[in-house]
Amino acid sequence: MKPFADLLERLLYTTGRNAKIALLADYFAHRPDPERGYALAAIAGALDFPGAKPAMLRELAAARTDPELFALSYDFVGDLAETIALLWPPAARAAPPGLPDLVAALRAAPRAEIPALIEAWLDASDVSTRIALIKLITGGLRVGAALRLAKLALARQFAVEADEIEEVWHGLEPPYTALFDWLEGRAPRPAPGAAPVFRPPMLAHPIEAADLATLDWSAHRAEWKWDGIRVQLVSTPGGSRLYSRGAEDISAAFPEIVAAMDFHAVLDGELLVIRDGAVAPFADLQQRLNRKSVPAKLRAAYPVGVRLYDMLFEGETDLRGLPFDARRARLEAWFASTSPASMDLSELIPFAAAADLAALRAGARDAAIEGLMLKRADSPYLAGRPKGHWWKWKRDPLSLDCVLMYAQRGHGKRSSYYSDYTFGVWTAEGALVPVGKAYSGYTDAELQRLDRWIRAHTVASYGPVREVEKAIVLEVGFDAAQRSTRHKSGIALRFPRILRIRDDKPAAEADTLETARLLLPS
Amino acid sequence: MPPHPETWLHPRPEGLHCVPGDFFIDPTRAVDRAVITHGHADHARPGHRHVLASAETLAIMRVRMGEARAGAVQQAAAPGEIVRVNGVGISLVPAGHVLGSCQVVLDYEGSRAVISGDYKRRRDPTCAPFVPVACDVFVTEATFGLPVFCHPDAASEIAKLLHSMTIFPARAHLVGAYGLGKAQRLIALLREAGYESPIYLHGALQKLCDLYQALGVSLGDLRPATVADKDALKGAIVLAPPSAVADRWARRLDDPVIAIASGWMRVRQRAKASGVELPLVISDHADWDELLATVEDVAAPEIWVTHGAEAALLRQLSLMGRRGRALSLIGYGDEAEQE
Repeated sequence: MKPFADLLERLLYTTGRNAKIALLADYFAHRPDPERGYALAAIAGALDFPGAKPAMLRELAAARTDPELFALSYDFVGDLAETIALLWPPAARAAPPGLPDLVAALRAAPRAEIPALIEAWLDASDVSTRIALIKLITGGLRVGAALRLAKLALARQFAVEADEIEEVWHGLEPPYTALFDWLEGRAPRPAPGAAPVFRPPMLAHPIEAADLATLDWSAHRAEWKWDGIRVQLVSTPGGSRLYSRGAEDISAAFPEIVAAMDFHAVLDGELLVIRDGAVAPFADLQQRLNRKSVPAKLRAAYPVGVRLYDMLFEGETDLRGLPFDARRARLEAWFASTSPASMDLSELIPFAAAADLAALRAGARDAAIEGLMLKRADSPYLAGRPKGHWWKWKRDPLSLDCVLMYAQRGHGKRSSYYSDYTFGVWTAEGALVPVGKAYSGYTDAELQRLDRWIRAHTVASYGPVREVEKAIVLEVGFDAAQRSTRHKSGIALRFPRILRIRDDKPAAEADTLETARLLLPS
Repeated sequence: MPPHPETWLHPRPEGLHCVPGDFFIDPTRAVDRAVITHGHADHARPGHRHVLASAETLAIMRVRMGEARAGAVQQAAAPGEIVRVNGVGISLVPAGHVLGSCQVVLDYEGSRAVISGDYKRRRDPTCAPFVPVACDVFVTEATFGLPVFCHPDAASEIAKLLHSMTIFPARAHLVGAYGLGKAQRLIALLREAGYESPIYLHGALQKLCDLYQALGVSLGDLRPATVADKDALKGAIVLAPPSAVADRWARRLDDPVIAIASGWMRVRQRAKASGVELPLVISDHADWDELLATVEDVAAPEIWVTHGAEAALLRQLSLMGRRGRALSLIGYGDEAEQE
């Protein structure tokens, strides 16, 4: 367990992508089977220990600490595993279990014996091993980006293409002995076969002013950029799956889509809540995300559909090498003959000149439209984010000058700083009413400055929340304003982020609720 | 019956005020009479008329703010000396925080309050160790007043730094360390660990290191990083204030290993947020266990908390059956943030 914990610790403090890949490659090159396979599984989130949940670890920690001290510590540290690891009494002797032994023991133990098992391991570990241990058994290591890096590390270490690994990935099981056997030349490549595996999607670059000036508009196609979640539909004789763009299998949350996949193809599209042909705001789709099962009532209230962008496979035929126009023609013909339920085609927007699109983009008031997509007519379907093929041209953000009202400590990389800000605007009666909460957009220096200011200007505390003097004006950017019955102001902001601190503006001159309401869709 | 300290010791916007003696302890703005615990900028402010402090603290104040601003009248209290002001006995007792740092012991009509200033209980080769003094009220800091803060042995953190230098022998190790106390303690600990090579300093650290050496703390071969040959810095230790580590100043070094020596490095995401590759958990403030041990050692029935994470400490005091009170003094902790 210790070498794996060391790897995680070094990854944490390493900033460069290449350096991280080098650390992972070194680990996979030097650690034995099946340890490295279980490490890969942990990073992939493929290890599930139903008997070990965060609540159980909390209980173990609670038995050894005062609940109030635990709560205050957790509020500061911002990470449950780290809080427990730091509060746990120091180890008398460090002898943590090996990773394969740990997996075997957890799988073999009756549920009632698991707490004692974990307790003994924590007692025999140092702080970094305790953190790794807790994250491992509660599934807290799963990070999509880290899995991609791990695959790139394997590709580099064993001199294969990352996409070759990606294509066989979903047919493999921990501890991935078949994968390592192939990578080290002891066995042939595992067959992707008929399994409904995920293919790395093609992503777009944000378009910059310089690109706009030089773009050959006649060689591009335009589509709306919808504000849903990007999905891949994979249906083969081996089964049907719905994947998020990060390769997560989200089939269980959207059974009606999977049921509609009575064909053999791999499609790229946007998952949206659609009512009577109109796309609902993202907030509606959020009601359906992150679920293991969906009650019928919820399905009826938030009906989902997929707006199709592209086609990667038709039956067994790989279309990814074809130009965009050719794939689009195949997609349209296929759609016409198949007419699948719960799906429609993303419309190609006709335009004659760049100015037409600029006007459309500026005029798009639909909250579900994020902007435009520009795709080169001759682009093959390429994995990753290749430069110069697809562009996203987002709408300019809306903004409001708001007054900072409440602050809370953040989690993850902003832990221990007051980084989550609730801000408001003035009502006609001269009171402040909250319109949103943001925890991004500022620089590190601004974060530290706000953190210090908040601690020195707190007027009241409500548990972890601090109410501050109403003196700081924040320029808040957001993609859209939506009506909301959950907020007292009647307004909810989409993707709010702090654009800057308005030191030049006194709080009394911040925006009013009346101004904010003008930004709502009519 | 002796008067309870809350009748003669009051928190005021300027800081803690001793009413019968009419002086402030570590006032945050200029006052007529000040007693200063130690030389950090948030405790020792310029412009007081009369300043009482240890001889070392006065020397540090003169170096940092100039003779004129370190107090029109500067009075040094010798160890063991009792200074009487209007019926209040004042004596200074080592706090173990940085060179010259002292607790302020106040005796008034048979009642005693001890104001700790900042302190630690760990060994520090650059200053006298903390001496617990029994009292009726103990006024403590709580910079690291959460049970997650348990500083490891400083020698093991120094070993981590020296080990990293063997892994990356061609890279400079740039260590961010607070300029008064932390930097000198790091140097002294490195020397104790057998590191004899020259250590290179950011300009802001030079004067205080010179003063430490002049006051008898030997720090070995120190050289300015600014004028050093770039190649000499490869594989060397370079010390700079934490603020310079993230700044343009650090760009003079070719691919340095960034380290920061601070108690905050205990929390990983916080360490990561400060951009370090090598966090060193070395602190000049008491950790949780040291705070609790000190509360036991001074045997005070009542504890006042000046600044830091007071909520957790107050909770713990109530579990221990002690009376706790948060003074919520504003203006301290700028140094603690960097510490």
